Amino acid sequence: MTNEQSELTGIVPSKLHKVLLAIAVPMTLVAMYLVFIWTPIERMMGPVQKIFYFHVASAWNAFFAFFIVFVFSLLYLFTKKRSYDLIAGVSGEIGVIFTAIVLTTGPIWARSAWNTWWTWEPRLTTTLILLFMYIAYIMIRNLDMEWQKRARLAAVFGIIGFANVPIVYMSIRWWESNLHPVVMSEGESAGGGLEPSMLFTLIFSVFTLMLIYFILLQKGLYVEKLKLQVKKMKAKEQEKMIS
Amino acid sequence: MKHLFAPAMAIARKDLYAEWKTKQTITTMLIFSGLVIVTFSFAFDPSNQAVSALVPGMIWVITIFSGILGLNRSFTQEKQNDHLHGLMVAPVDPSAIYLGKCLANLIFVLLVQIISVPLLFLLFDFQVISGVGLIYFVMIVFLGTFGFIAVGTLLAALATHSKSSEMLLPILLFPLVTPVVIAAVQATRIVLVDQEGVSAALSWMQLMAAYDVIFFVVGFLLFEHVLEV
Repeated sequence: MTNEQSELTGIVPSKLHKVLLAIAVPMTLVAMYLVFIWTPIERMMGPVQKIFYFHVASAWNAFFAFFIVFVFSLLYLFTKKRSYDLIAGVSGEIGVIFTAIVLTTGPIWARSAWNTWWTWEPRLTTTLILLFMYIAYIMIRNLDMEWQKRARLAAVFGIIGFANVPIVYMSIRWWESNLHPVVMSEGESAGGGLEPSMLFTLIFSVFTLMLIYFILLQKGLYVEKLKLQVKKMKAKEQEKMIS
Repeated sequence: MKHLFAPAMAIARKDLYAEWKTKQTITTMLIFSGLVIVTFSFAFDPSNQAVSALVPGMIWVITIFSGILGLNRSFTQEKQNDHLHGLMVAPVDPSAIYLGKCLANLIFVLLVQIISVPLLFLLFDFQVISGVGLIYFVMIVFLGTFGFIAVGTLLAALATHSKSSEMLLPILLFPLVTPVVIAAVQATRIVLVDQEGVSAALSWMQLMAAYDVIFFVVGFLLFEHVLEV
């Protein structure tokens, strides 16, 4: 019994995780303060524009997460190390969460800014396709087979999925410009004319969410490792009962 | 080069010959595309003049939905009697298997298109194009179908490892083929409906060609990882 317990407690949340968490809590509070109190209210859109800081920050971090999936999928195919596969998988899940945040905050903002919930604009459509693609990625990861095989299949999909993103974006932009020559320029792309305080807040919230991404990544890896450990212990226990 | 093409040809010939003997997949794909056309006729009134604007989209819906059926069969049929393991241990480059499977699938889908697209034109009373437009149309159909098959063959091989591969394949495939579907539908619309601005169709065709090359090369390189035991 004591032996098993020590095995389980052998995996503890690393010190890095605690440090990151200790930084993240005040940083999130500061980000909240900056977003809701410090930055001026936008003249045209009013308080709704506050959603922009989380919307854009989640979008950037979603892309970052999918980039990590791509990098670690490639690394996995070359080295076949299990930890790379785990990182790619956890990162894909977090990326889907961030994409879901983007796709829920987006329509709320769009409703008041553009007076419509949804337009088939390149960035929106690409994000939606991205969501579907990485849900498919998670589905591959949940297939019932040996981990080496599953990891390889997921890595292949992670690579071709990421390679597809720029092509999807380009093709939808062409498609859109054929239908409506006027491309919507308000909203996210207005970064050039952004108030300095707003820009600072945006960058700050991007980094805050990136920190949260790393915390979630660490936590996810920790959970995955615990799962492996439990599986090992179960197998050992079964062996004991048979013999 | 020969070590790649000879096995690829052998695999393609094997698939085509097996199909010639049973005619199972092609028949299913043809009946299915006929049913899709019938469903379209209920969904969009064929006597309405404005419906002709929808025909380019219909061509690609037929291609993709019937293509999925063929792609599903392509590797699941190899699971019987462990043919898949036979292919894996065969002393050939895995890329040759990809090449052969691609070729066979492409021929299946093109055969279905040769029958179902004229049928669609006929049933929806669509005015038939002629001359240069026809050549462009054939090229667009070929480029679009090739891109779809290049990705589809790779993902079909990936999905066969799952127990529910028929359900998994469309979910994997549709998001990935969006660029080629958009490009193919737009180019077909320009050639069939607008009949002007061929240069715009050419730029869509360039996009499709780029997509075809990228994903054919990617499939070629990654196929060995998909097939490995």
